[in-house]
Amino acid sequence: MGNWIINHGLTSFILVVWMGINIFLFVWFYFFYDLGDQFFYTRHLLGSALAWARAPAAVLNFNCLLILLPVCRNLLSLLRGSFVCCGRTMRKQLDKNLSFHKLVAYMIGLMTAVHMIAHLLNVEWYNNSRQGIYDKLSTALSNLEDSGNNTYLNPIRKTDIDPQQIPTYFVFTTIAGLTGVIITLALILIITSSMEVIRRSYFEVFWYTHHLFVIFFAGLVFHGAGRIVRSQTKTDPPHNFTLCKDRSDEWGRIPECPIPQFAGGFPQTWMWVIGPMILYLCERLLRFIRYMQAVRYRKIVMRPSKVLELQLVKNGFKMEVGQYVFLNCPAISQLEWHPFTMTSAPEEDFFSIHIRSAGDWTDKLIDIVQHLPEGAQGPKMGVDGPFGTASEDVFDYEVSMLVGAGIGVTPFASILKSIWYKFKDSNPKLRTRKIYFYWLCRETHAFEWFADLLQVLEKEMEERGMADFLTYKLYLTKWDQSHATHVRVHSDEDTDVVTGLKQKTYYGRPAWDKEFEQVRKENPTSVVGTFLCGPEALGTVLEKKCVKYSDVDPRKTKFYFNKENF
Amino acid sequence: MGKIEWAMWANEQALASGLILLTGGIVGVAGQFRGWQFAAYAVAAGVFVCLLEYPRSKRSKGTSVERSGQYCFTVCVKAFGPLTRNYYVRAFLHAAICVPGGFMLATVLGCVCLGIASLIYLVAAIRGEHWEPILPRKEVRKPITESIKNPPQNPPPRPPAEIRRKRVDDLEGAAYDNPISVTDNE
Repeated sequence: MGNWIINHGLTSFILVVWMGINIFLFVWFYFFYDLGDQFFYTRHLLGSALAWARAPAAVLNFNCLLILLPVCRNLLSLLRGSFVCCGRTMRKQLDKNLSFHKLVAYMIGLMTAVHMIAHLLNVEWYNNSRQGIYDKLSTALSNLEDSGNNTYLNPIRKTDIDPQQIPTYFVFTTIAGLTGVIITLALILIITSSMEVIRRSYFEVFWYTHHLFVIFFAGLVFHGAGRIVRSQTKTDPPHNFTLCKDRSDEWGRIPECPIPQFAGGFPQTWMWVIGPMILYLCERLLRFIRYMQAVRYRKIVMRPSKVLELQLVKNGFKMEVGQYVFLNCPAISQLEWHPFTMTSAPEEDFFSIHIRSAGDWTDKLIDIVQHLPEGAQGPKMGVDGPFGTASEDVFDYEVSMLVGAGIGVTPFASILKSIWYKFKDSNPKLRTRKIYFYWLCRETHAFEWFADLLQVLEKEMEERGMADFLTYKLYLTKWDQSHATHVRVHSDEDTDVVTGLKQKTYYGRPAWDKEFEQVRKENPTSVVGTFLCGPEALGTVLEKKCVKYSDVDPRKTKFYFNKENF
Repeated sequence: MGKIEWAMWANEQALASGLILLTGGIVGVAGQFRGWQFAAYAVAAGVFVCLLEYPRSKRSKGTSVERSGQYCFTVCVKAFGPLTRNYYVRAFLHAAICVPGGFMLATVLGCVCLGIASLIYLVAAIRGEHWEPILPRKEVRKPITESIKNPPQNPPPRPPAEIRRKRVDDLEGAAYDNPISVTDNE
């Protein structure tokens, strides 16, 4: 339990607070509409469906306020900067922004369903009352209309078409109905196109469809403007429903029961969402400004296995290790921003990225670059960033366990380089005493450039007699018999056959229990940061191991888990 | 990533539409709305669309992700052969299914969603995509290669592959000199 609190405490607390607010809003507004006297007549027509429609609406307001915040990456960067004093647990929460975005989205989906079903019932029952098939009071209430001093309660005014078509006609001719249908459609399209399988495989579909959010928010702001949900207003003399509800014939004729007056509620949604909308607008504006700033190519290198290295220079650009930038190449697509982890160290006077051919966008970029004349500048490139993730905390931990899987080694290129620079300058900021680096991949060909980097580091560290500072282990997870034979033949050589490194490659996956046990044994009193850039499944495993091997005793080894999001 | 397969999105959209149609239908029938017969139709149509769309198609490139437990649905859908394989058929089928949904409010949203799904399927069909079942891969045993049948010529230990390669211009020099004298073990 203690371990669990160390690693998950704050996250759970935030979730509990969020859920608590949701529940509070739901319950509060449910009873507001279910018990409020001003809604007595409205409830007489609609029953509890009134409260069932309004309570989710309140929760929707709250969640639509939240949904834009986690995707304001510059805002998050700003927050991260101002949380430096609050410690790393606080900052780590900001890396879970996309998980939170999804969670809020699920809540919006669920509440939309409830809200919609309740309103389907509402419209049907309004229509029935208007047709006069319920009791006398319902009919009398429905017949009230805007004339002279009177105000209506039942928003369905049309009766001269086929009664079955009235609800549809009503929905498509009122502001609330029409905007409701449009934003629900937008929401459904957004949701279906952001399913894991689409998002991972056909990013463009996901990305462009997600921009329906503009329609969603525009519709949302105007959704309440029709003021369809009406409540009874005070009249003089007062209309007392307990007295008058059975005497609808005499309304307006006896002084105790004047004709009841109604008014629509003040639309509130826009007040909830206007703040985040402005923030998001600023965010997009900032992105646009960043896009306009000039970026110069310092060097363009084509690496083997279709890996493109771009070394870029931009005025006023300051990076930290393990951060990423968003690139926009208007020659390929005006709208798409793609994230790339920087592979250079902050100590260098440029920033570099390694782009592997992985899809339409990267293929086109590599194609453009390959057809450039010698020494020419590359295509215009917009750079937004840098944006921070957890790995800039690497130097804060005494001992760091870095786990990179596949293309996920990229952020560690920057980290290892930077450690090397800090080392050379004996930078006092470097708290790290020891680094364990695990590199898992299916085949090393695509990452030859990374092996090169490791090789240089290895040599230099050895020259300085610091060989035990960095322990790294390579795991090749895909290999065949001929490969194994080849390795066996070379087993007594000094360097590895695959990477040319001193450290031999392991075959298969690492036995994490063994690794954690070893790290704990070698560092009995340290705070260990575990950093992963790799698949979700591995994250789950490592997170569990971190909990398992942490000691509640503050003097003993503790593992903290950090993950990069992509 | 690679070429966009529109059918994948169409499939998600159609499945969601099926669920929405089903929900609208249930609300319509349970609430005994005017024209609840259309809602009853929507329940049937929703269930049908969900069953048809549940098994995801195989992607033309890359790993295909199955929905959990889709195997038996895959087999059923596969049984209809070209009818379920061809996306033109699906596009027109969905377009036809969604029409009666427009006659009452509760099923209108499902109807419009299914209409959109039908359009996306049409795009997919025009781009030449078709439904392919995801079936468990059969282990293909490679036939034993010829070289294994021939016993190795040199006694172990053997040098690594690149040294073993014979240089044509210098056959004498390429001949492998065994460091340990090989004798019959008698």
